[in-house]
Amino acid sequence: MSGWLSDFMNVPAKYIHFNSWLQISVSNLIVILIMVALFAAAILLPFPGSHSKSNSHRGDK
Amino acid sequence: MTTQNLESETPTPEDSKMWTARLRNAWQRNLPIDKLLPDTQPAYVASWIYVFGVLTIAAFVDILISGLILAFAGPAWYHTSSLGLFVNSLHFWGVQLFFVFMVVHLWGKFWMAAWRGRRTATWITGMVAFLASIGTAFTGYLIQTNFDAQWIAFEAKDGFNAVGIGAFFTPTNIGQIMLIHVALLPLVLGVITVMHVLLVRKHGVVPPIDALPEIEA
Repeated sequence: MSGWLSDFMNVPAKYIHFNSWLQISVSNLIVILIMVALFAAAILLPFPGSHSKSNSHRGDK
Repeated sequence: MTTQNLESETPTPEDSKMWTARLRNAWQRNLPIDKLLPDTQPAYVASWIYVFGVLTIAAFVDILISGLILAFAGPAWYHTSSLGLFVNSLHFWGVQLFFVFMVVHLWGKFWMAAWRGRRTATWITGMVAFLASIGTAFTGYLIQTNFDAQWIAFEAKDGFNAVGIGAFFTPTNIGQIMLIHVALLPLVLGVITVMHVLLVRKHGVVPPIDALPEIEA
């Protein structure tokens, strides 16, 4: 690997410390924040074509 | 004995005592073909949160296919050639996406209490699939055949010895870990995933908590 990506990735992980009881690497924190953002977007963003759908349903029989 | 008598004594497919007939009848009773392959879904499924289950399966398929190629070509290929590095990356980043999608799927199902409506087995198989995925990912990290894998293996070795299972599961034994990763765990995870999907088909997609009774049906 070479270039800016290697400069970004081939270094020891940076850690964030919250007081003395929790530490988390920046990379793990980014992944968790991405998942939270995805979850929020999945709840809030409208699904394409959802208004034109009929109320066809099949639930637990 | 006439032909008529023979026909009258022959059990019909429905009341045959053969295990194949009993299995077939049980399958048709629990999961008829229109439930197995539906072409409509409830109105509330038109939401992005319901997409993450199938996204997880899509990532799983990517992992299986790229993993199959890696297994046949071997580390001497995927560590050195451009195409090998690409397929290796497909496998690695497929795993990252697999876990991201699965965790969002888990959050969505947790907050809508997806075990409602006799869906306990669906929830349990999902939970077991999650645990099996962690084991599969862990053994995958151990067989990267690089310094990262060595570091993880020797850290994990101490952990497994500390809890008393080091004699049976040895992270530094690459032959053992390789076979567990490429043969046993994908099979286990695949079977659990199929069970999970069949249970979703049987019980239907869980409705939102505030769904109207006529929609929940």
